[in-house]
Amino acid sequence: MSKRPIYLNLFQIRLPLPGLISIMHRVSGALLFLALPLLLCGLQQSLTSAESFTTLQTAFSHWGVKLVAIALVWGYLHHLCAGLRHLALDLDIGTELAAARTSSVFVLGISIVLTVVVAALLW
Amino acid sequence: MVNREVIGAHYGLGGWLAQRVTAIVMALYTLLFLILMVRAPQLDFSGWRMLFAPQWMKLATLLFLAGLYLHAWIGVRNIFMDYIKSNSLRLVLHVSAIVWLLVCAGWSVQILWSV
Repeated sequence: MSKRPIYLNLFQIRLPLPGLISIMHRVSGALLFLALPLLLCGLQQSLTSAESFTTLQTAFSHWGVKLVAIALVWGYLHHLCAGLRHLALDLDIGTELAAARTSSVFVLGISIVLTVVVAALLW
Repeated sequence: MVNREVIGAHYGLGGWLAQRVTAIVMALYTLLFLILMVRAPQLDFSGWRMLFAPQWMKLATLLFLAGLYLHAWIGVRNIFMDYIKSNSLRLVLHVSAIVWLLVCAGWSVQILWSV
């Protein structure tokens, strides 16, 4: 096998937007996986009793809890939007370079706008 | 390039397909959940609990969560396969992920059917 140049300095690689969307899809997925115990605990708290529901509600008045919730909402929305884009790509829709770049902008934009809407509702 | 048949033995097609099918299931549930949230008369404790009271909603939520755990398994498996070079460490991580997701599945059933 011929020696190929290896260039993996992550701080010098300039990722194109579709590449950035792709790695953010992975990062948001990992984030959601790690947050699973937190989310299940929250679901349980919210459904067990009126008292535990109120406790959870009180916890949400803390800005730190709000920030974590907003980060997870962003993770979910980005993962969902980027995932729908991948499904379209699987069906050979939008695989041209220009279309792939445009859809990347939409994925990034829509998930951020929706996160801001949720954040506004929560705050 | 090695020319391989994609049918027959395990070439990852099953996982690839499962990830997409579960993605569609979760996307549909997300839509359903948002519609129910918007249409709910009030979202205090009893209203929230009422949302999960019908049998079909428990089953739909369980389908969503089971899909999520299968989806998450394929996702973290891919991450481990990409970044963890040591075979023994990767095996430990794979087994831990499977056990953890099975625990989550059992926990989910318990939460949903306590309503």
